[in-house]
Amino acid sequence: MSGPLRIVALYGTMALLILAVGYFQSWTVALAILNLSLISAVMALGVNIQWGYAGLFNIGIMGFAALGGVATVLVSMPPVEGALAAGGVNLGLAALAIVLTLAAALFVRERAPAHLRVQAGLATILVGYFLMRMFLDPASDAIEALNPSAAGYLGGLGLPVLFSWLVGGVFAAGAAYLVGKLTLGLKSDYLAIATIGISEIILAMLKNENWLTRGVKNVTSIPRPVPNERDLQAAAWVIDLADRFGTTATTAAAVIVRLGYACLFLAVLAVVFWLSERALKSPWGRMMRAIRDNRDAAEAMGKDVNRRHLQVFVLGSGVVGIAGAMLVTLDGQFTPAGYNPLRYTFLIWVMVIVGGSGNNWGAVLGGFLIWYVWIMAEPAGALLMSSLAQGLPADSWFRAHLMQAAPHLRLFLMGLILLSVMRFAPRGLIPEARGR
Amino acid sequence: MTDILNAFVLLANFVLIPALAYGAQLALGALGVTLIYAVLRFSNLAHGDLMAFGTAIVVLVTWWLQSSGIGIAPLPTALLALPVGILGAAALALITDRLVYRFYRRQRSPGVTFVMASVGVMFMYNAITRFIIGPDDRRFEDGGRFVVRVPEFREMTGLSEGLAIRTSQVITLVVMAVVTAAVFWFLQKTRTGKAMRAFSDNEDLALLSGINPDRVVAITWILVAALATIAGTLYGLDKSFRPFIYFQLLLPIFASAIVGGIGQPFGAIVGGFIIAFSEVMLTYAYKGFLAYLLPQEWAPAGLVQMLGTDYKFAVSFIILVVVLLVRPTGIFRGKVI
Repeated sequence: MSGPLRIVALYGTMALLILAVGYFQSWTVALAILNLSLISAVMALGVNIQWGYAGLFNIGIMGFAALGGVATVLVSMPPVEGALAAGGVNLGLAALAIVLTLAAALFVRERAPAHLRVQAGLATILVGYFLMRMFLDPASDAIEALNPSAAGYLGGLGLPVLFSWLVGGVFAAGAAYLVGKLTLGLKSDYLAIATIGISEIILAMLKNENWLTRGVKNVTSIPRPVPNERDLQAAAWVIDLADRFGTTATTAAAVIVRLGYACLFLAVLAVVFWLSERALKSPWGRMMRAIRDNRDAAEAMGKDVNRRHLQVFVLGSGVVGIAGAMLVTLDGQFTPAGYNPLRYTFLIWVMVIVGGSGNNWGAVLGGFLIWYVWIMAEPAGALLMSSLAQGLPADSWFRAHLMQAAPHLRLFLMGLILLSVMRFAPRGLIPEARGR
Repeated sequence: MTDILNAFVLLANFVLIPALAYGAQLALGALGVTLIYAVLRFSNLAHGDLMAFGTAIVVLVTWWLQSSGIGIAPLPTALLALPVGILGAAALALITDRLVYRFYRRQRSPGVTFVMASVGVMFMYNAITRFIIGPDDRRFEDGGRFVVRVPEFREMTGLSEGLAIRTSQVITLVVMAVVTAAVFWFLQKTRTGKAMRAFSDNEDLALLSGINPDRVVAITWILVAALATIAGTLYGLDKSFRPFIYFQLLLPIFASAIVGGIGQPFGAIVGGFIIAFSEVMLTYAYKGFLAYLLPQEWAPAGLVQMLGTDYKFAVSFIILVVVLLVRPTGIFRGKVI
């Protein structure tokens, strides 16, 4: 089977799989899977832009997703009263110190004699760092002292939460620009290690800068872009609808809310997908693939490889940031301690490789399929383990051990899937089109 | 005079000794990474999880030995369990190579394919380790805890600051010295070690001279598994064992290998100590140290800490970036990836 037919068949199978969950289990569960699949698909598109188009090996996805998530907090939460008055001036000065430091560092880089450039640059940054800390420390103490059990942070701007998706993308793209300036031009392995570092640093900041994110105290009850279930349950039209389908108002409300999210996510996915496809099929996309396939030849043709890499790094990270903001919006809370590289970086990579790197249809399918397997593997693992433990007495330690270990089976399965696809279908389920 | 002594005892207690032990652990980890890079030519992202797996076996065997009353007090029982852990990790590494990496080696796949495959391997190791020992903190240290205790030291010297040297720290340094000496002797003096270096230098030429590549690769994996298990066990004895921590060690370990010059065994050792010392020194609060040295009215009000301890990953990263920008080959002219 080739081309479009294969795509239709695979997407149809995927749709059937999700519908089966709705039919046999429950529609709320099916919609929950669908929502996270949509977000995963957007994230996978972001990775595909970097890896599939340009061959950039970024394994710091988690950090950019978390940055997108923090945008949701900063945009949509109501501002904390008095926080700005307590630390605003010092925060402003700290920000000014950062800007001045960067400017000075750039100036030094341009003007200092070549043999002193590195030392002078480092010294400038060190001085700037202390200057920044001088203002930041009192500011963060003052803000964190304000009603620490309920607030203790700056709060947000109180703007509509949907706006934060865009801001999340901008945050991640901005960070990617700074990081890319430093690390692109490194070959693949170095870039990989550097991006792991970046994501760990971003996470460390989000966990510890309590004045900004409340750190491990988490930000909860983030405003939602869809109505609340409790309000819906009481609405006359929902009760009416529930009667017609022969279900309870609670279920109907839950389904409606999740459908609302699904529509929003689908819209984002559609826009990102359309733009990515357009970009891939444009001269820009052909240039990217040329750089990916033969960097030296592309360079010889006069393409500025580092600039193009920076561009694609920023774009891809921006898409990941949007998905990160969507994820936090769906959860309704921001929990920095919940980010884990296996789930937020490497799982996304599995999606792209399994779906077919370089192919947007493939990346989206991978997002859906792998998320589905990831969710389904947990009950399947528990089932497998309990059937293994069937002969054992109920109080045996080995039985308890087996049941406890069940959730880890899905990590094993993910590794197995990735390695099998790499071995037997290295171009993925929907391979990149290679034509004239 | 006493003040100056006190200040330096304080520094030794909280910076010098912990950084030496941590540096030794990083160095052993980085040595493994660098050997894989030298012989198999890829960055093994599953290295942290190989460490975790080997250590998990050591922990299990240690518990079994403890429960049957076998021990070598005052040394920790874990040293007795180490060979079993090494055997387990070596078996796992060899099976992985046979099932995963060998295929790509025969295909002569580009390095990035290997790295990607090591991500899959990482997932599976992760699952296996959590499967056999669970994701939680495990303590397995026993035997005499301290070589020098704080009160004893105070009594001995009459200083107000105390110095504590833990058994695990001394063992870490001794084991590290013995193991690196053995590895260097192996690489320099034995036939197999020379074959490994030749293979690393120029694969085709080595093949032409009749070196058996499968044998070289197998021996590399065994060596790396041993180094990983030893590094992981020492780290676990010094701090505590938790699978996820070992994954996070990947960044400082790679930073060590790259700073020293990847593919250069000696560079890995030096890099390990550079990273460890920078990390500990930059995250240490110098308030107490300065209070001893400076006149009373100058005593600092704040903690005088460059970076919070939670930002220790930033140190590895910054050093990594600076080295890559200034001297991409690392200190000892390793390979440019």
